[in-house]
Amino acid sequence: MLPSSGQPADFPVMKRFFDSELETFRSHLLLMGETSIRQVRDAMKALVESDAALAHHVIAADDELDTLEVKIDEEAARYMNLRAPVASELRLVIVGMKASHDLERVGDEASNIAKRAVRLSAEPPLKPYIDLPRMSGIALEMLRDALDCFLNGDVQKALAVCHRDTEVDQLNRQLYRELTSFMLEQPATIGRALELMFISKSIERIADHATNIAEEMIYLAKGQDVRHSEQVKKPASPAT
Amino acid sequence: MVTAATPPTLSMETSPQPLPAATAATPLIEVEHVDFFYGATQALRDITLTIDEHRVTALIGPSGCGKSTLLRCLNRMNDLIEGTRVARGSIRMRGVDINGPDVDVIELRKRVGMVFQKSNPFPKSIYENITYGLRLQGLKNKARLDEIVEKSLRGAALWDEVKDRLHTNGLSLSGGQQQRLCIARAIAVEPDVILMDEPCSALDPLSTSKVEELIHELKTRYTIVIVTHNMQQAARCSDKTAFFYLGRLVEYGETRTIFMNPANPQTEAYVSGRFG
Repeated sequence: MLPSSGQPADFPVMKRFFDSELETFRSHLLLMGETSIRQVRDAMKALVESDAALAHHVIAADDELDTLEVKIDEEAARYMNLRAPVASELRLVIVGMKASHDLERVGDEASNIAKRAVRLSAEPPLKPYIDLPRMSGIALEMLRDALDCFLNGDVQKALAVCHRDTEVDQLNRQLYRELTSFMLEQPATIGRALELMFISKSIERIADHATNIAEEMIYLAKGQDVRHSEQVKKPASPAT
Repeated sequence: MVTAATPPTLSMETSPQPLPAATAATPLIEVEHVDFFYGATQALRDITLTIDEHRVTALIGPSGCGKSTLLRCLNRMNDLIEGTRVARGSIRMRGVDINGPDVDVIELRKRVGMVFQKSNPFPKSIYENITYGLRLQGLKNKARLDEIVEKSLRGAALWDEVKDRLHTNGLSLSGGQQQRLCIARAIAVEPDVILMDEPCSALDPLSTSKVEELIHELKTRYTIVIVTHNMQQAARCSDKTAFFYLGRLVEYGETRTIFMNPANPQTEAYVSGRFG
């Protein structure tokens, strides 16, 4: 990357003995990202396939994410304390702490979905699982794209994640209305419909966390805080 | 029919936007396209920057990058070194070219005081250290001198420590106290600008902390330009930071931008300690 145009060509940049600490920090964050994606995917698989054993596995594996979150916080505090990071390094440490919290919450939501999948697996499905897998598919894509931005600094991709959040919100509202109708028409379905509503809400929360992570990655890449700004709102679709 | 909209291009394609300054700043010194030479060796190359009034401006960069040279250009201290010259460009203070033929250099140095890396009190009493310059200017009124001594020592946060021994030798003070005595001596003549060339490099952490506190207080009355090798000191003390390398100004901006989101990768490498 060095040097930029118009600058001296012989600007020496060295590796420092503690650079490996940052690499470890980054790899732990990536591992957390991969683990949380796996947890959501498995929780949804357990739901759709009525696989209680897989659901139990997801619930048990949540500890992995909790442990990683604590480890990342410890590493961040240690690095800030001993290495006094500035510029992009400081942003990495700040973002790492925030993103790890979001990923831990994603894991909690996956665990919630799995717990409900266990209960639902004992009953016949209320309706074919179409909308929930669709929602979770979008939420998982958003998570992957947000984490891709962490790897390659693709800000436009991260911005697209923020814009997709409303897609999941709309699906959640649509499903809510549909399940409400079920409950009104067939009170015997209330128990199952409520479980599905909460699962839908969990997926919607996962998309929110993916959006948070995307915003954090934009801050990491560009140093700009785009939260609550017009930039992250979904662009209006032109009517044709 | 509704078609997918093209996502808007984020304004981030351009360089990061600087954060707004805390308050409006007034330019006091304007350096424009300055080339400076020591004999045949060029030490500054096309330097252009503005020093804002009542702000602390930090000059950072590796040894030999030209930051101290620029500092000494601001009160023409380089004139004392044979073979030096500003070959091109101008340095204006309140609109007046300080290298102009009509400029009284002594008057300029009264307006632009200096504190050096190694504290250099005169081998005289604390009182005489403060009044020396004033006496040279012809001020003899004892009451007035007493008043200025107290004001200057208070201004340098030294009064409480030395008020009962004003007539002891300045060299008997600790290193940190001597440096604050030099700052008191500098502000006794009521300058507009105080130049500080690594003022804390020989001080222990406590004395450094006191001088940094002092810098923070002094900027309400004076404009301060500080050369430092201590990145954290630049981050703590200054409002604006200029990074120099090989006689060029690489980046200049609000300190929080330079340390949080520098535009130039060389600046990033330097402030992160990856230069070398």
